[in-house]
Parts: sequence; C-alpha cells; structure tokens
Amino acid sequence: MTRILPQPTPETEGFWEGCRRGELRLQRCTACRKSYFPPRPFCPFCLAAEVSTYAASGDAVLWSYVINHRPRPDMGDQPYAIAIVQLAEGPRMMSNIVNCPQTPEALQLDMPLRVVFERQTDAITLPMFEPGKSA
Amino acid sequence: MKPGEIAVVGAAETTKLGLAADQSALYLHADAARNAMNDAGLKASDIDGVACASFSPAELAHYLGLAPRWADGTNVGGCSFMLHVRHAAAAISAGYCTTVLIAHGESGRSRVGAPTVVRPPWSLMGQFEMPYGVMGAPTMLTIPALRYMKTYGVTEEDLATVAVVQREWAMRNPRALKKTPLTVEQVLSSPTVAWPFRRDMCCLVTDGGGALILTTAERARDFPQKAVYILGSGESVETPMISQMEDLTTSRAFRMSGRAAFESSGVSHANVDHLMIYDAFAHLPLYGLEDLGFVGRGEAAAFIRERNTAIGGRLPLNTNGGGLSYMHSGMYGMYALQESVRQMRGIAPAQVPDAKISVCHGIGSMFAAAGTIVFSNARP
Repeated sequence: MTRILPQPTPETEGFWEGCRRGELRLQRCTACRKSYFPPRPFCPFCLAAEVSTYAASGDAVLWSYVINHRPRPDMGDQPYAIAIVQLAEGPRMMSNIVNCPQTPEALQLDMPLRVVFERQTDAITLPMFEPGKSA
Repeated sequence: MKPGEIAVVGAAETTKLGLAADQSALYLHADAARNAMNDAGLKASDIDGVACASFSPAELAHYLGLAPRWADGTNVGGCSFMLHVRHAAAAISAGYCTTVLIAHGESGRSRVGAPTVVRPPWSLMGQFEMPYGVMGAPTMLTIPALRYMKTYGVTEEDLATVAVVQREWAMRNPRALKKTPLTVEQVLSSPTVAWPFRRDMCCLVTDGGGALILTTAERARDFPQKAVYILGSGESVETPMISQMEDLTTSRAFRMSGRAAFESSGVSHANVDHLMIYDAFAHLPLYGLEDLGFVGRGEAAAFIRERNTAIGGRLPLNTNGGGLSYMHSGMYGMYALQESVRQMRGIAPAQVPDAKISVCHGIGSMFAAAGTIVFSNARP
C-alpha cells in the first residue's frame, strides 16, 4: 500500500524540491530575522513579504511523540513513533524517527537527531530524523 | 452581552445515547432538537435562529421545518457548540433573533449517515503531518503529552488517575456507558493505543446528540424549566497542526478563551462550584485546569491526585463521567454543556449540592480551538 503523500502547492513546492535535493529548506524573515515553518511567502510573525529561503543544518532534538500501536494501513504492521522535532533553527515539525527502535527506552526526549531524506516517489522525498551525535 | 442577559431555557440529549445503530447523524440532530423543544415547551415556529456544526444549518433548518432569520454553521471541532452558545447570545442581544436552537447529533460508533473528516493532501496537515502516519485524534491530540509530562514530572499513573476519578463520577450516572469500578493498574494494563496512552485514557466512541435553546433572560421566566443564565464566554483558535502549537505544555486557545470567559462574567475562580473540561484524552483536564487558571502550571496532576476534583472535592470536575466514561460521539462539547445545564438546574445524576456557578470548557480539532461558557442558576 502506497504511503499517504503530500501534494505540493505553489507556496510549498520549493520545500519539496529541497527535500528531493537533500536540503531541509526553511524560510527566514528579512525584517524580523525569525525562521518559520511550514513555508509561505510571507512572515507569520510580522507579515512582511521579504523572506529568504535557506538550507537548515538538519540538526534537531526529539521534542515529543507517541508510539502508534494501531498502525495506519499504509505504514506497515509494526508500532511506529509519530514525533515532533525541534529544529536547531527554531521551528518545529512533525516527522518519524528512523534507524532507531520504536520504543520508549530508545526514544528519549531531547535526544539529538539528524535529518535524513527518505525518497517515496520521483516527486516526493520526506524528511525524517535519525539519532544524531550530541551537540 | 451583559452577564445574565441570555439564558438557556431548553436542553436535552438524544433519546438513545451510546448506541443508536438505527439512526443517522442527521436524525440524531433532529431527535435532540425535538427533545429540547419539548423541554422548553416550544414549537418549530417559535425558533428563529439555528446553529449546528457537522451539518449545514440549512440542512437542519430544512429537516426540522424551521425558518430562521439567523444561522451559524461554525465548525471548529468538538467545542463548536460553546462557540454557538457565545455567538447566539451575542445575536439575541443584538436583536438578530430571539430564540436559538443549537443542535448536534453524531453517529460516531455506528457511522450511519456520518460525515467524514477529510484532510486533503494539499492542506498544511496533508502535506506536513499526514505523511508521518497520523490517523485522527488518538495519534495527534496526544503528542504534546510527553513534553508536558517531562516538563512537570507528571507520570503515566497521573494520567491513569484522571480516568479513575472520572469513572467514580460515571458510576453515579445511569446513562454513563462505563460504570464499572476502575483502578490505576487496570488503566495502565489496558491495551496501548498510542504510547503513553492506554485505551482507558482515551475517550469512548459512541452515538448520540444534544440540543440547547437560548433566549433572553426576560423571556426565560415564562418557560417551564429553571432558567440557566450565561454570565460570560470566550473563544479562540490557534493552529490545526498539533506540531505547530506555540508551546506543547499549554494551549494558547485555552488560555485566551478562559480569560475572556472569566473577564466577561466577572466571576472569580474561587466562586466556581462546578467545572467541565472536555476530556477526549486524560491529559486534557490537566491542561484545562492550568490554562483556565484554577491551578498553577504543573500543579494539575497533584490537584486531581489529591481528590480536589473527585466526589466531595472542592472543585467537582466532569461530573457526568466525561468523554472517558460517559459518552463521546466525536464532538463532545455538546454533552459537557448539557451536564453544566443539568447541574445548574439541580437535576444532574451526580448533583453537586447548592452549585450556583458552572464553567464549561471545550477543545476543538486537536488543540486548534477552544470555547468556554460560564453558567449560573442565579441572574446577577
């Protein structure tokens, strides 16, 4: 069963293009300098339209999660973690934690994570996170 | 709207509650509406305002033969009915209408004629959350809990205690779906749904509905039931994306809605006799107690553990048994409102003696929305 995948819109296409190229793209407001996510062509903090896109470091920490014991059919038949990760640049995003047992013991809040890119189709590559070395 | 200017004069739940496999969601709206009109002694022609959430108000008006001059189809999830109460009070106060019906019906368990929630792949949730395996509230609304627990040293036993205390209330309610005694150990050994949440920390999935009728306090005296006055209200929205909440340990929408409700009512926390906090999952009463200002940050688990919200405690909470033990058809806010009205009328199965002020707080679409109503059986 094919995984449920995103359908990019004009305002998000650049983010998904970045993922295809192995870049986790964030946007930053030129006026107030804050980084934000999800992508949009203006700053959600001050509504300024002057924003720039940049490749984030890919460093994050595990902020919170659940381990879903009733897997969605397209996600296989094993329990999996659905996580919120805190990116080093400030924004948070939802993701999965890969290359790691999906257990409370292995998944400790605030553990360092590193982005990895998991290709799904020609159009869509999903950013996910694996345990990283301590900062 | 001034405190006490508008009153609830009709309130009822559906005839069948829990399991109604032979009734559609639209019919459940109508059944609740007819029961509430009967409760208030009103005919369809007396209703000139209508509000509902999971169907269009046009569909409900058509089905019930209403000709409203005011309609509200606000749908922000399970607290939509708190917002309807607030909007209806303002509309009546402004003279847009005189007598508003707010109705809800839901075939949450049987799924008969039940609308489905769609999160299209181009939506923000569809693009940035759905690909990671979320599948409804049990895997989304629960995600902030671990961060809250780590921040304040709250344990899985604390979450289980929320369910246990509410079960004690449910055991006094003949209409509650779950009425058998429950222990912390039993909650923790019930099947894991989305760790750390076990089944008994998650709401029931049921069929049912409810309806309210609001009018001016002046007219309320002429109705058969004891009037329940609206002293104040609040509402807010934050984000549909659980991953984008400002802070996972507190809800901005809860805080803003709660603050507006207390400020507009002029009621102080110490004067609240009865409290409803929408409990789709066991962590929500903890967030609610803190974000509404009843306790300080991180103090809610101990407050419940020390039995302040239990039978005989100083702040009776979720006295119908809540979404965890009473019923939860999907959008539970209507049932919380019904229990507040019953408590203010003095007819609740687990009646709080001499209760004069009830606060009813709802959550909608994960932490996307909140609505809060302050009720009283005395007009200020």
